[in-house]
Amino acid sequence: MTARLFSPVVLFLLLVFLIGPFLIIIAASLSSGETLAFPPQGLSLRWVMKVFTIESFRDSFAMSMFLAIFGTLAALVLGIPAAYALSRYSLPAAETVRTIVSLPIIVPGIIVGLALLRYLVVPFGFNITLALFFAHTALVLPYAVRVVSASLDNLRSDIEEAAVLLGSSRLGAFFRVVMPNVRGGILAAFILGFVTSFNQVPVSLFLSGPGVRTLPIDMLGYMETTYDPSIAALSALLAFLSIGIVFLAERFLGFSRYV
Amino acid sequence: MSDAYLQLDKLTLAYGDTVAVRNLDLTIGKGELVALLGPSGCGKTTTMRAIAGLLTPASGRIGLDGADITRVSANKRAVGLVFQSYALFPHLTVYENVAFGLRLKGISGPDLDARVGAGLKSVGLSAFAGRKPAELSGGQQQRVALARSMVMEPKVLLLDEPLSNLDARLRLEMRAELQRVQKETGVTMIFVTHDQVEALALADRIVVMLNGGIEQIGTPEEIYNNPVSAFVADFVGFENVFALKDGKLVTPNGPVALSGTAPDVAAGLAWRPRAVSLGSGPFQGTVRGTSFAGNTREYLLDTPLGPIKAEIDAGLPPHEIGSALAFDLPVAGAANLKRFG
Repeated sequence: MTARLFSPVVLFLLLVFLIGPFLIIIAASLSSGETLAFPPQGLSLRWVMKVFTIESFRDSFAMSMFLAIFGTLAALVLGIPAAYALSRYSLPAAETVRTIVSLPIIVPGIIVGLALLRYLVVPFGFNITLALFFAHTALVLPYAVRVVSASLDNLRSDIEEAAVLLGSSRLGAFFRVVMPNVRGGILAAFILGFVTSFNQVPVSLFLSGPGVRTLPIDMLGYMETTYDPSIAALSALLAFLSIGIVFLAERFLGFSRYV
Repeated sequence: MSDAYLQLDKLTLAYGDTVAVRNLDLTIGKGELVALLGPSGCGKTTTMRAIAGLLTPASGRIGLDGADITRVSANKRAVGLVFQSYALFPHLTVYENVAFGLRLKGISGPDLDARVGAGLKSVGLSAFAGRKPAELSGGQQQRVALARSMVMEPKVLLLDEPLSNLDARLRLEMRAELQRVQKETGVTMIFVTHDQVEALALADRIVVMLNGGIEQIGTPEEIYNNPVSAFVADFVGFENVFALKDGKLVTPNGPVALSGTAPDVAAGLAWRPRAVSLGSGPFQGTVRGTSFAGNTREYLLDTPLGPIKAEIDAGLPPHEIGSALAFDLPVAGAANLKRFG
């Protein structure tokens, strides 16, 4: 009796804990008042509209999109061959490589950011945008390698030999029969990498400069000076964007099979 | 074997430091259907992979159709391979699987259609052209794999354990299918198997392999009736195998004289259960086990010579477990082994 009563309660509390903040943000963004508050004072879309008029958000959104798309693509360009090598050949240092590749998820982002700033940007005057790009590529790489590896491990390797015996080169076999069969895994890795990069704060925090900011950093900065509901509106919009992407991915790819 | 089509000369194959096949010599004629038979680890699959070009020999030479192909890469050898797992491309339809190699050759349009169509028709899968491999049964997948290799008109078709993944009924069908394809196209076919029944049933010639070398080469009749070594004898169903020393059988209880005179040249003698005569003879045994096998009844005897397996017509009166039984190992019914060990 108690157990039957207990589990719905736990489930309810869990849902409140997970979804509650999201609902509060949505409610706060629909406020017609001047300050960020919950419960909202009145109802309006003015803050949602205002988000699109703030110029720095547009710039930092563009920067975040650029990093998320190209950082993830770069990670895939590096990660797919790495995953292939790790899954198909018994390399002497395979475990070490796997660990090194995973480091960016294990090491706190704040350390990665600080290290890049202190040893790349400061001494060499390294371009900030480039440093951010490298940082995001490195951060996404572990996901790229892992997700693509999982797909490759599930794919028989003899189909490559079959392709070769039918006249294909080794490289041709990779593109003709390996890539098409791990396409789902690659797309899943892309989405996971995109979201990871887009939501990334600690590394980007150290690598922001004049005019170069990612969206989350810009939002932090905005809140320090302006405490209005537009920040809640932007947060809600971003949350819907993420949900939309993952929903589409699940719908068309069966995203959850890969992650 | 005057017309050598495929020739392996002193072929040594290794994985890293592990030598899998040593100094293998083998000549196969055009249009032959040859079985590489042996237990797992004997080097038969390794040899097949080397012929396909998937493994570079450590030393030795492979000749095919008058050319040295030892260093020719796998995609230019015109050797087909039907994998044990079939290795169909999961993302492509049956049609596209069969078309894969032809497209790489630059064949397209009606010509491609005609050749893929003919390939699918020959294996009875024309109606399945639009399916994905996952939608086919194991037997159908294998026929797609066969068609995919055969449309390339390979000089040699290799098959890795072509019957071992199929159930008994499909196995008979596939056996007939392979024989038909071979007769119709005259392709040289080599298949790898660990199953002596398949080798005996299907092959023109059997190459028995053991520990990276060839133990015996012969027609199914030769292998079945005249195994040269204790290993081959045991492998093809001679259950009672004895070494021979000074004309006597070597047994756990010392030398035992035969009822007849052993041939001088033999290093050992082997009897099938059928060849053991039960009921009379110089030897005595006790029935330990018996089992009914349709036309025959099998007996396991405890004897001073060690355990003996015998088989008699099921119509004869059965012997009880525990009863004493005289038997003979007639020299005339034995296979003479040239090598023992």
